[in-house]
Amino acid sequence: MDFTAVLAQIKPKLGCVADNLVIIEGQIAKARETGADLIVFPELALSGYFLKDLVPEVALRIDSPEIQRLAELSRGISIAIGFVEETDDYHFFNSAIYLEDGAISHLHRKVYLPTYGLFDEQRYLARGSAFRAFDTKFGRFGMLICEDMWHLSASYILAMDGATTLICLSSSPARGIDGDSLGSASSWQKLVSTTALFLNCRILYSNRVGFEDGVNFWGGSEYIAPSGESIVRGALFEEDFVTVEIDEGALRRERIFSPMMRDENLFVTMQELGRIAHERGR
Amino acid sequence: MAGLRANMELLRRLLVGFVRDEVRKVGISKVVLGLSGGIDSALVAFIAAEALGPENVHAICMPYSCSNPESEAHARLVATACGINFSVIQITPMVDAYFEMFPDADNMRRGNKMARERMTILFDHSALLRALVLGTSNKTELLLGYGTLYGDMASALNPIGDIYKSQVWQLSRAMGIPAEVIEKQPSADLWAGQTDEEELGFSYRQVDELLYRMVDQRLTKQELAAEGFEDEFIDSIYLKIQGSHFKRRLPVIAKVSNRTIDRDFRYARDWGK
Repeated sequence: MDFTAVLAQIKPKLGCVADNLVIIEGQIAKARETGADLIVFPELALSGYFLKDLVPEVALRIDSPEIQRLAELSRGISIAIGFVEETDDYHFFNSAIYLEDGAISHLHRKVYLPTYGLFDEQRYLARGSAFRAFDTKFGRFGMLICEDMWHLSASYILAMDGATTLICLSSSPARGIDGDSLGSASSWQKLVSTTALFLNCRILYSNRVGFEDGVNFWGGSEYIAPSGESIVRGALFEEDFVTVEIDEGALRRERIFSPMMRDENLFVTMQELGRIAHERGR
Repeated sequence: MAGLRANMELLRRLLVGFVRDEVRKVGISKVVLGLSGGIDSALVAFIAAEALGPENVHAICMPYSCSNPESEAHARLVATACGINFSVIQITPMVDAYFEMFPDADNMRRGNKMARERMTILFDHSALLRALVLGTSNKTELLLGYGTLYGDMASALNPIGDIYKSQVWQLSRAMGIPAEVIEKQPSADLWAGQTDEEELGFSYRQVDELLYRMVDQRLTKQELAAEGFEDEFIDSIYLKIQGSHFKRRLPVIAKVSNRTIDRDFRYARDWGK
């Protein structure tokens, strides 16, 4: 079905869950007023990104009042949002939840925690272990958190699991100033466009803005049609509220024109990956 | 080379945004900086004026008796060009009072003392004006250690610490800094006739080409040699970076507890901001 989504390109405060919840509730209210059906927030929208030893302090259990509050708000509008999740066995995950009609309909825990260059996630956070598609009012979705998307297998698994819409929640740092456009932005733009093109999926990419300790997050939240075409792109560096009209017909037509996912041979893929895993194990 | 030829519009937006965001998020609206008459502090003044409005930028020129009078004239020119607040505070009485006790002190000790004297004035004005101190050290001098620890290297925020001198020149042109400031020989102006390039023994353009490949691109020594850099030049720059690394780190703390500051007690400086 056709639906309207908002990419909430916000600037979270580092380590301030209560303040961020105020920002987030404001964005949700605004999206509801505009008649949007879904609002997508960035990775770690509730906490900020370079948390380091703050991870346990900002972590929220799934049954925490903050998450319950957001679940309540999802009676009016579906919500995808990132936060630090604390589990019963005291592991801390970089997680995203999809909230619909007052309940959590999906929880994704970031699988690929970058620990290179300026990143240090795996020192502080536990690794997720699954990519699962899930059903929503607007079709079958898959969620990825930032670095997850740089692993081709992650998007591929979600698409093979039937997702036709991929949501990517991101906190991507700005770097690379020698080209016509920002280095990290142009890399991401190529990545989301190519992924959409390969998998005939829509992509909703929500990236934050602001600075943490001199590191800029560049924004540029984007909706990519299943053809790989960029339909709407948010402002570079500035807060933005990106409204996206999503056309079901465009997905259907693209899948008729380019039926690569229909023709994708899961058996061959599994056979070859199985062989590789077997050979590596020897 | 592409890496040193930066996209000026992007760089300007990033650095202006950095000053605006990092200053205001701590609940402050003003900055203070030392304006020497040279290009680095001129560029920081222009960035700050664009970020916060010139009325919120306070520049202090702090000459010593043997500083080149042209430096103060250029500092004044820059302040006028970007419309910021400007004052002059002589450091001669404080510096001379100290060296009356050590009349044999060499140029290095005197230069360091002057740099630290200026630092104390800037941080005093930070309290006086409720303004953050902006740093003006570029990436070239930070990597080479060509600065005074706790002197000109001290600041709250440094907008230009990740751009090379060659990029400082480019951005200064793009932002309309007066030509005489851009075109003159870089100098620490610690004694008459001093120039950076003479003291360092190479030009900034030469060393930036090497530093960019060595630090940013992580080329090996063999790859650098294949690109035409002399072995001795590569080795001497590597040693300069290594030998000055202490200047780029906090003081080393003897670890005895389970949570030692900056080793296993780790928080961003923007914690709660």
